[in-house]
Amino acid sequence: MIELLRDLIFDYTLRNVALGSALLGIVSGALGTFAVLRRQGLLGDALAHAALPGICLAFMITGEKTPILLMLGAAVTGWLGTLTLMYIIRHTALDEDAALGIVLSVFFGFGIVLLTLLQRSGNANQAGLDKYLFGQAATLVAENVTTMAILGTLALSVVIILYKEFKLITFDPSFAASIGFGASWVSVLLTFLIVIAIVIGLQTVGVVLMAAMLIGPAAAARQWTNRLDHMIMLSAAFGALSGVGGALVSISESGLPTGPMIILVLTLFVILSFTFGSARGLFWEWLHNRNRTLTPPPEVV
Amino acid sequence: MSSGTVIIIAGILVAVACSLLGAFLVLRKMSMMADAISHAILPGLVAGFFFANGPNLLAGFLGAALAALLTVSLVEAIQKSGRVANDSAIGIVFPAMFALGTALVSRFFANVHLDADAILYGNIEFSAQDTLLINGLNLGPQSFWVMGTLLLINLLFVTLFYKELKIATFDPGLATTLGFSPQVIHYGLMAVVSLTAVGAFTAVGAVLTVALMIVPAATAYLLTHNLKVMMGLAAAVGALSAIFGYYMAVVIDTSIAGSITTIAGLLFGLALVFSPTQGILARTIQLQRQRLYFATETLVIHLHTHENTAIAENESRIDHLTKELRWKPDFAQRIVQNALQKEYVVRVNGHLALTEAGRTFAEQEN
Repeated sequence: MIELLRDLIFDYTLRNVALGSALLGIVSGALGTFAVLRRQGLLGDALAHAALPGICLAFMITGEKTPILLMLGAAVTGWLGTLTLMYIIRHTALDEDAALGIVLSVFFGFGIVLLTLLQRSGNANQAGLDKYLFGQAATLVAENVTTMAILGTLALSVVIILYKEFKLITFDPSFAASIGFGASWVSVLLTFLIVIAIVIGLQTVGVVLMAAMLIGPAAAARQWTNRLDHMIMLSAAFGALSGVGGALVSISESGLPTGPMIILVLTLFVILSFTFGSARGLFWEWLHNRNRTLTPPPEVV
Repeated sequence: MSSGTVIIIAGILVAVACSLLGAFLVLRKMSMMADAISHAILPGLVAGFFFANGPNLLAGFLGAALAALLTVSLVEAIQKSGRVANDSAIGIVFPAMFALGTALVSRFFANVHLDADAILYGNIEFSAQDTLLINGLNLGPQSFWVMGTLLLINLLFVTLFYKELKIATFDPGLATTLGFSPQVIHYGLMAVVSLTAVGAFTAVGAVLTVALMIVPAATAYLLTHNLKVMMGLAAAVGALSAIFGYYMAVVIDTSIAGSITTIAGLLFGLALVFSPTQGILARTIQLQRQRLYFATETLVIHLHTHENTAIAENESRIDHLTKELRWKPDFAQRIVQNALQKEYVVRVNGHLALTEAGRTFAEQEN
């Protein structure tokens, strides 16, 4: 334990991995709170899948694996996916579910086409791009962590500055519109921040499971509190703990992809919270109901 | 049979089996449930292979079906508990199952029969190599038997229960009144979706299974609102995607499953642009037509209002219209042209005068 702590601080690889996965957990946990409360959790799923072709295209155009370039590519196609999604929902008879399914599978399928093309191209430099499917924390280097930290700080600063606005459009969008501030503008900005949160996590968690990092921590945090600010902080904490825990398990066992490990650790937090969460835990409800049936009200006796 | 032919036929069988069910999934707004199922069967498949000591198809199907059942019940239990919104319930359950499956595959089966790539791409490439042998008798490609059986089951399901599925989809209340439970139909559909997902999973992988279930059906829904036509169209779009997807993959040397999905996406894109009722093109044309009609109406009513008043002559000059109605000059020209053509107005000494037809039109629209 002590040794692990010492390695976390002094070992170069381990420090980057721990810092990187904590960062991604904090950002996706905090922004996931809004996504979950606004019932947009699965939007993140479509966005994350839509990022894959962007990563491949960015590499095809530049021939480099510079993290910021790949992130930019991911953000561009992720955003394109969101626009397609919105268009389908607004202008056709198809519902949100179908639109999500279409965007995530078609963008991802196209991403697979590009990825396979790159893998068969004989370009040795492309090795490692396939790690973006399930994530590989061991590939995090200081440069990645710096990029993640800058983007993450930016995203969180916007959340702090516009906290009141975000809170309003989350709980009462029609009131927000009626008092005349640009509710749609704030909503677009919030969606954009979610894109950033996803992009930050892609290298570690991978496109396939990234959405769970938005939904899981927030859903767990919701069971402990009814206050938005507490929920955001708790969600960020759950996200960070799952990120670091999963990443450490993954790099200690060779061959285990990081994304699935992080999600499994996260699932433990979710199960614990649904059972014992102080605000809405199922165990407390069960206990309450049991006591009620065991002791009938006095007038019945 | 060449291996290309085998792959194309296997692809068509998978695509048609998926898209038949897809029609109901899209109409019942359950697309993401299909997504959840196609991911969540992975740990079941792995467990089945584990207990059968190898890629035994029957054990795989059994495990996957159990995993699908577990997923559907877990999602519904979480939704019913009211602890989180419905979409979050799906977003919690299937990543957990898929993560478990992926971890098991990387830990125990790495590079044996099911590796991390196959989970995402499937292995339709090898469908020509896997032949079904019973007592040493070569019965042809295994994928034909598996997907053919699934297609047959799905065909039987949608034809035998067509009426029930239709009523349960469009009017669950009526279904209950008529004495059959929409719940039973719901779980029946979930069961065949799960079976089909297992078959499709081994061929094209988890994410692309969803593509074959949803995208052809959604394309068909953009083109028709007749259920039978929709199912037929969905099957056709699925089959076309399989055929063109294969050739695309061969020509540019890439993943077949990815190419099939890309073609399906392109066909959806075509329908999105050119659909006669909901397409971008049709909507733009309709919008233009409505704008023209409305502006012409405005012009005629404007003239009618000022007719026989002192300012009539001034109000009916073309250059005045740009000021009064705030139209751009060329737009005003177009509208006047349209009104002249429809013979609502005539030109008299540089200003406009209503015809009898124009007067009637204005009175009837006003």
